[in-house]
Amino acid sequence: MKNNILHTENLSIGYASKKTQTVVSENINFNIQKGTFVTLLGKNGIGKSTLLRTLSNIQQPLKGSVFIQQKALKSYTNKSLATCVSLVLTEPLPESQLTVFELIALGRQPYTNWVDTLSETDITSIDNAMQLTEIQHLKHNHFYELSDGQLQRVFIARALAQDTPLIILDEPTAHLDLHHTLKIFKVLKKLVAETSKTILISTHEVNLAIKFSDEIALMTENEFHTGTPQQLINKSMFDKLFPDEMIRFDKTLQQFVMK
Amino acid sequence: MNNPSYKKNFLILSVLGIVSFFLNISLGSVMIPIQDIIAVLFGKNASKESWEIIVLNFRIPKAITAVMVGSGLSVSGLLMQTLFRNPLAGPFVLGISSGASLGVAFLLLSASLFGGFLASSAITHWTLPIAASLGAFLVLSAVIFAANSVRNTMSILIIGLMFGSFASAIINVLSYFSEATQLQQFLFWSFGSLGNLSWNELLVFGIFYTVGMCAIFSIIKPLNSLLLGENYAKSLGIQIQKSRNIILLITSLLTGVITAFSGPIAFVGLAVPHLARLFFGTSNHKTLLPATALIGAIVLLICDVIAQLPTSEYTLPINAITSLFGAPIVIWLLIRKKKLVV
Repeated sequence: MKNNILHTENLSIGYASKKTQTVVSENINFNIQKGTFVTLLGKNGIGKSTLLRTLSNIQQPLKGSVFIQQKALKSYTNKSLATCVSLVLTEPLPESQLTVFELIALGRQPYTNWVDTLSETDITSIDNAMQLTEIQHLKHNHFYELSDGQLQRVFIARALAQDTPLIILDEPTAHLDLHHTLKIFKVLKKLVAETSKTILISTHEVNLAIKFSDEIALMTENEFHTGTPQQLINKSMFDKLFPDEMIRFDKTLQQFVMK
Repeated sequence: MNNPSYKKNFLILSVLGIVSFFLNISLGSVMIPIQDIIAVLFGKNASKESWEIIVLNFRIPKAITAVMVGSGLSVSGLLMQTLFRNPLAGPFVLGISSGASLGVAFLLLSASLFGGFLASSAITHWTLPIAASLGAFLVLSAVIFAANSVRNTMSILIIGLMFGSFASAIINVLSYFSEATQLQQFLFWSFGSLGNLSWNELLVFGIFYTVGMCAIFSIIKPLNSLLLGENYAKSLGIQIQKSRNIILLITSLLTGVITAFSGPIAFVGLAVPHLARLFFGTSNHKTLLPATALIGAIVLLICDVIAQLPTSEYTLPINAITSLFGAPIVIWLLIRKKKLVV
């Protein structure tokens, strides 16, 4: 248990208004070890984003609790949480004239003084983040000039600059082609190996998830399973991922095939 | 961030600011020779005593008012555009200006509705600002109350607009029932005016203005992280609700006090932040806030010079000038840049 960076207890997620409660998923119990690369798999609309938003305190759980570094998420202030968890979200950035450097520098806000002056440590962090994600050459570009793949790496760099033990990314490979998807996975894997950070992502890339992840979390209608890719394959868990009219999971090929 | 071209830009703007301040003081309906103006500025006697009075008691207060109104409205506009992530936001959209107008309308126009009660209490220089501030504050409280029960910033924008048209409607009803002389008085107030402020009034104006402007330093960080959207800002440790309330409070304080003393002045708050972004090419508030304040002051000083129609006896309403120049600038920006960004 000591090595847990994140765990949940009987977590129910969903949306609550004054009168009604829409439960997206309930009884979620899982834990994530320090220094691992974890992917969250599940079909569209199953609640991956809702779960990640709940884990990162953007929305409140309906029931149960989330613990980050053995401490209840509720007991964190926005500011103390900002030094533990950083995010890459799917929502598009509002239009502005921020440059790549400025965007990444915003990741240093939890550490800067009241007028946001960058210290030498801050600059070093930003440079490191750009180096690890290989985007130094884009430093002075405006973010709206970048391609989707470049922009995604800038977002990852921003999260890195925030210098948190845990990074949560919501579908970082959406809209990307195979080449850039692979590039993102490699960058993330490299970060886990070189910086011993913990990375949790949601994705639809089942094949890459099986190949790259230390652990996989599978979200299905009624159940939530975690384990190493091999454990889940052995337990035939991937068959539950999609309704089985059209595709099935082939254990020897380790991928989905059409029927 | 420490881009060297920013220093150059600020230098140019500062020089431009000093020149337009001087131009504003030296031009007016009465021709005063430049050497006399310089003499008065440095505390010496001018060759005519009336010139001294004109410069000291009319032109310098008016120029200072122009600086405070221009910079205050422009900064308010910038805050609104960042908070609502909407390039068309400005101090007017929250209904604060309309609220101030409503306060003044009640003071000036309701006399015929409610009899001699208000008309008898003499309308002095002081009652107008107080009525305007009360009106602005009332609308602001309603907006902040709504803001705390609505989570979506876009909804607050719409609520502000609705309060604005609600206030305008009441003003229309009041206008319909009021007499010609009172209507004229209200109309003149709504034209906007930078003059007519005594040094005492200027002091009160200055205190509120300074409080508002200094408070902005405390929200530079939230403003910058809001450029990424509310969820990212929250994940960077910003308390969204608190920051939003502070931004709304500062905006209404500045807009309220400015509208109170100089009438509703259009377009400066909307157009100047765009000029600043165009000139500096950045969205970083550390650069953008001083740039916007400086450009706002320059724009209003120059607009005031034009409104004076130098050497003629006539003075155009300042509101007409800001709109005449503001509207084409926004259109030109839109056409040239294809789109406006926050």
